[in-house]
Amino acid sequence: MAGIWLIPLLPLLSAIALILSTGRMPRGVAAAMGAGSVGLSAACVALLANDFLADGQVRELTLWTWMAVGDFSPRIAFYIDGLTVVMMSVITGVGFLIHLYSIEFMWDDESLCRYFAYMNLFVAAMLLLVMADNLLLLYLGWEGVGVCSYLLVGFWYRDPNNGKAARKAFVVTRVGDTAMALGLFLLFTELGTLDIQPLMAAANSQWQVGDTLPVLATALLLGGALGKSAQLPLHTWLPDAMAGPTPVSALIHAATMVTAGVYLIARNYELFLLAPPTLHAIAWIGVATLLVAAFTALAQNDIKRILAYSTISQIGYMFLAMGVGAYASGIFHLMTHAFFKALLFLAAGAVIHCLHHEHNIFRMGGLRSRLPVVFWSFLIGSAALAALPFTSGFYSKDAILLSAWALPDIGPWLWAGGLLGALLTGIYSFRLVFIVFFGPAQTEPDRQPGWKMSVPLLLLCVLALCGGWISLPLTGVFPAGGHAPVSHSIEYISIATPLLGLLIAYLLFLGRQLSIAGLLASPTGQRLQQFFYSGWKIDRLYQAILVQPFSSLAHWWRNEPVDYLYNALVSASQWSHRRLAALQTGELRWYVTTMAFGLILMLTIMLRNAT
Amino acid sequence: MEGLQIPLQHVLLLAGALFTCGLAGLILRRNIIFMLMSLEVMLNSAALAFIAAGARWGQPDGQIIFLLILSVAAAEVSVGLGLVLQIQRRFKTLDMDQANRLRG
Repeated sequence: MAGIWLIPLLPLLSAIALILSTGRMPRGVAAAMGAGSVGLSAACVALLANDFLADGQVRELTLWTWMAVGDFSPRIAFYIDGLTVVMMSVITGVGFLIHLYSIEFMWDDESLCRYFAYMNLFVAAMLLLVMADNLLLLYLGWEGVGVCSYLLVGFWYRDPNNGKAARKAFVVTRVGDTAMALGLFLLFTELGTLDIQPLMAAANSQWQVGDTLPVLATALLLGGALGKSAQLPLHTWLPDAMAGPTPVSALIHAATMVTAGVYLIARNYELFLLAPPTLHAIAWIGVATLLVAAFTALAQNDIKRILAYSTISQIGYMFLAMGVGAYASGIFHLMTHAFFKALLFLAAGAVIHCLHHEHNIFRMGGLRSRLPVVFWSFLIGSAALAALPFTSGFYSKDAILLSAWALPDIGPWLWAGGLLGALLTGIYSFRLVFIVFFGPAQTEPDRQPGWKMSVPLLLLCVLALCGGWISLPLTGVFPAGGHAPVSHSIEYISIATPLLGLLIAYLLFLGRQLSIAGLLASPTGQRLQQFFYSGWKIDRLYQAILVQPFSSLAHWWRNEPVDYLYNALVSASQWSHRRLAALQTGELRWYVTTMAFGLILMLTIMLRNAT
Repeated sequence: MEGLQIPLQHVLLLAGALFTCGLAGLILRRNIIFMLMSLEVMLNSAALAFIAAGARWGQPDGQIIFLLILSVAAAEVSVGLGLVLQIQRRFKTLDMDQANRLRG
């Protein structure tokens, strides 16, 4: 496959053409170009993947030297191994389906052209991120997807709240990215290169396991990953990022961009292996995030926010996998999550599209017979999300949990956290299904999804169901892991837990044999629900300890305290000007008098001194 | 030195008295013409002092300066009278207290 460079170039060219047309392109052409370029790119990736599966050769491609400054000469170069092929397939495959879906979803929007320009730019940047052979090029893609995320979250910029959400997403991820940039500086100064493969070799030869420097470097890289992948404590931007159009949430904030942090860790896993404390931190952060987000998802009532918190929670599983060394399982979960979460978001988008932009799940209901395609998609997506047996999510999540269990010492604790998360996932995902699609109808849909929406949904349904049977070409990439065999009882427990969650959700929200009305009515229950609804009040905490002090400092600074001195000078001279101007009476005789007396005075003094 | 000898002090006293008269007139009179005349008196008192000083030390400088003062006074009067005409035309008065538009 010769034209590897075509893969990121096609969406990039399409984005440039769409941007240069400044919205004057006919809608049909813009849509065809937007979706078509990603489709062509996906076809190229399919050819590449076919070649790759046949020979399993790592492909390296150097296009040109980006810049040459002394010893530092990063290249525009691609490194294609099994991990990259998986990521590229997910990005272009799922990306193409979402672009196709977007044509119908965004058709009535006046800025269709701008939408596709940003989306194509995003795909190009994301491809650059995963294909890069050095960390600097990776960082370029990393920041590129950040910019596109900002632009697309604030896509409907006329509502100031959307702009606020976009800025929040940008600023919060910037915190992580700053740490990551520092990490890159550290790696370059210590190891003298940023090319990933030589970097790993140099790190392995120069550093011992547990040295301070690798721990510091990986901790800084981890900061970037936490910001991009919306993990504690930098996860607050993702729920607000739902302000963007729903296909954007599906592509950027569920399937691809937010998993970039996981990719970063997997790509540099040899570096992370040198830093066991960082790996432990990753595992614990993953577990904490998945639990916090799952509890929060239980109390939400906005369909997209539930999915956003479930995304944070699922990425927590991927981080757990990275932390316990189950890299292949983590990437596997990344892929299946891309399938079923994109499916869920697109189905949610279809619901929102057909229900006059209704987001509140309690004003939906009874949609099962009215939107059958959407219902089945959502059901399959939720089943995979909850990891019901034989769906794709089941295989990947099960593998992660078993790897966690097999870890010595802290393994069972991580496993228990993940298991509790799985139970909660079952409850909140089927709570969503039961409330939205069953029960009495609240709002009538005013249209049915057309083929451009249904086809991606159906294809993603197939992937979400059968994605678990794909075997990923990751054997050469990661160390042959394979955890110690675990007893069958552990496996049965992790199979049964999501089913238990489904049962609880059924009893609570459909059969109504159980009721939590009494609990919710009590003061403690109300406070707890409020606590979860507000996302553990983390937003308010940040508001209080970071945003408020900063903005009051900015307000104080806005009055320009440095200028006090200069303003005082100005007022002093103005004051003396007024006093002195009063002496100018305009009366000639007054001038003569003062002059004469002044003269007399001067003469007196001079003569006194002379004698 | 032949002829009438007038002591220097007397001449200087006279010049001082003339100067004081002129200054008092300048300060006290409001009419611009009288102010100009007072100025002339002051100039002449200075000229007188120069003459006396020149005579006292037998130098020609005093008389030279006297000539200079005469010409300056002539120039001053011509400019001053021009100003007087303008003031009369603009303010319809010669009272300098009325012409105080340059106050700060």
